[in-house]
Amino acid sequence: MCGIVGLFLKDRSLEPELGRLLTDMLITMTDRGPDSAGIAVYGDDTGLVKLTVQSAFAERDFATLAEDLGGAIGGPVSLSRKDTHAILSLPSDKSAAARAALTGLRPDLRVMSAGDSIEIYKETGLPKDVAARFGVSQMSGRHGIGHTRMATESAVTTMGAHPFSTGMDQCLVHNGSLSNHNSLRRELIREGMTFETQNDTEVAAAWLSHKLAQGVELGDALRAGLDVLDGFYTFVVGTKDGFGVVRDPIACKPAVMAETDQYVAFGSEYRALVNLPGIEDARVWEPEPATVYFWKH
Amino acid sequence: MQTIDLATTTLRDLNATLQATKGQTNATAWEIVNPKGSHALAVGLDAPIEVTVKGSTGYYTAGMNKQATVTVKGSAGPGVAENMMSGTVIIEGDASQYAGATGNGGLLVIKGNASSRCGISMKGINIVVHGNIGHMSAFMAQSGNLVVLGDAGDALGDSLYEARLFVRGSVKSLGADCIEKEMRPEHIAILQDLLAQAGADAKPEEFKRYGSARKLYNFNIDNASAY
Repeated sequence: MCGIVGLFLKDRSLEPELGRLLTDMLITMTDRGPDSAGIAVYGDDTGLVKLTVQSAFAERDFATLAEDLGGAIGGPVSLSRKDTHAILSLPSDKSAAARAALTGLRPDLRVMSAGDSIEIYKETGLPKDVAARFGVSQMSGRHGIGHTRMATESAVTTMGAHPFSTGMDQCLVHNGSLSNHNSLRRELIREGMTFETQNDTEVAAAWLSHKLAQGVELGDALRAGLDVLDGFYTFVVGTKDGFGVVRDPIACKPAVMAETDQYVAFGSEYRALVNLPGIEDARVWEPEPATVYFWKH
Repeated sequence: MQTIDLATTTLRDLNATLQATKGQTNATAWEIVNPKGSHALAVGLDAPIEVTVKGSTGYYTAGMNKQATVTVKGSAGPGVAENMMSGTVIIEGDASQYAGATGNGGLLVIKGNASSRCGISMKGINIVVHGNIGHMSAFMAQSGNLVVLGDAGDALGDSLYEARLFVRGSVKSLGADCIEKEMRPEHIAILQDLLAQAGADAKPEEFKRYGSARKLYNFNIDNASAY
């Protein structure tokens, strides 16, 4: 069991509220996943690439990281720290060089996400504690996805928490379990994809990223996934432009959606949506099995 | 009318209060406000009381109901009226998966749509859905009636026993051993009664009946090589 929440804002005046609304939704889903939590927030494109990095030795690793990385890539780097995570902002043409340099400069550092607008924060612990550590409720953004984890198939670690990001501005969260992730992982490794964990969800994320890298549209990739990804899943996927939802054909993992003029919201349960503005008059429905839903700004 | 506010009353106190009405003879009306999608609301009731939930609910609303009439003025999460024994449960909105699962008796009315596995393993309950139902509905359904005014999803009535399935709209596909059957006068009478009880505006003649072909009841020796 896990909990998923997602919020896609149509009304830009709600953007300063995104973090607060998502935090409330996330905490409501604590019963479904008390061991870890994570959140992906998509803000405005600043013209720079943002790398979200994490370290178990944050004091040591973040102290002079901006200067060290700036020197290594020959360009300006700014760092904004939030607890065990930090956002590195740098010119987009230096993104690949920066990721390569980081492995040498800070071997204990993990890259959580990279992109023009995505930031990912995830840790083990109760959702309320994770949200508080990163000040999620103060964050603004255009859309965001959150996950509360009850691990069933791989270790309870920071890297095992969701969302998983395996491509620029992409992320995926999952409620369920995949049964063919080991064979798919081997195939993807042969195709050149790299993996950080033994987690099944990371394989689904990497499979999608691999498809997108081949130029396949997200909707088509999600539809193709219905034939390839074997197991139980409700996925919520984030990209720079929006978010998508797909459930496996059996659809035993719950999902509820709500739409108003102001937003589209996703919750594993209706409970997660009850405090959203105007929910009383929202169109509330259960997404159909084996059907791809997507909203774009 | 007595009102219980879930913003100030715990779920356990709510259910204990409603369950304590057992044995009283005078019918009592209860209203539950601020349900906010809570799980297991109004479960295990065993008295002829009327409970109205003002809003949408989470998992297992009105589970194991006996005698009581529970109305949800909103939508219900998974497993509504699971294992109901008697009484009536009315959902004004939609119901999520496995509505009325394993129900032994009583009437479940869903005014909107029900999603997958509606009436799975039903054992005597009557279910009337004004809208559509999802895939694998009435899987292994043993007895009782499932009435659907809209359409049914894939694999309706898979591995069906003796439950009767009535569908007015289309059926995406029938499950193993489920077939269309002749609508006889006694079925029209059953349907007429259930539609009236459920306040459904439909004519029994518009429905088709589905039931078990009874081919899976006993082991067929010709299939021995498959094992």
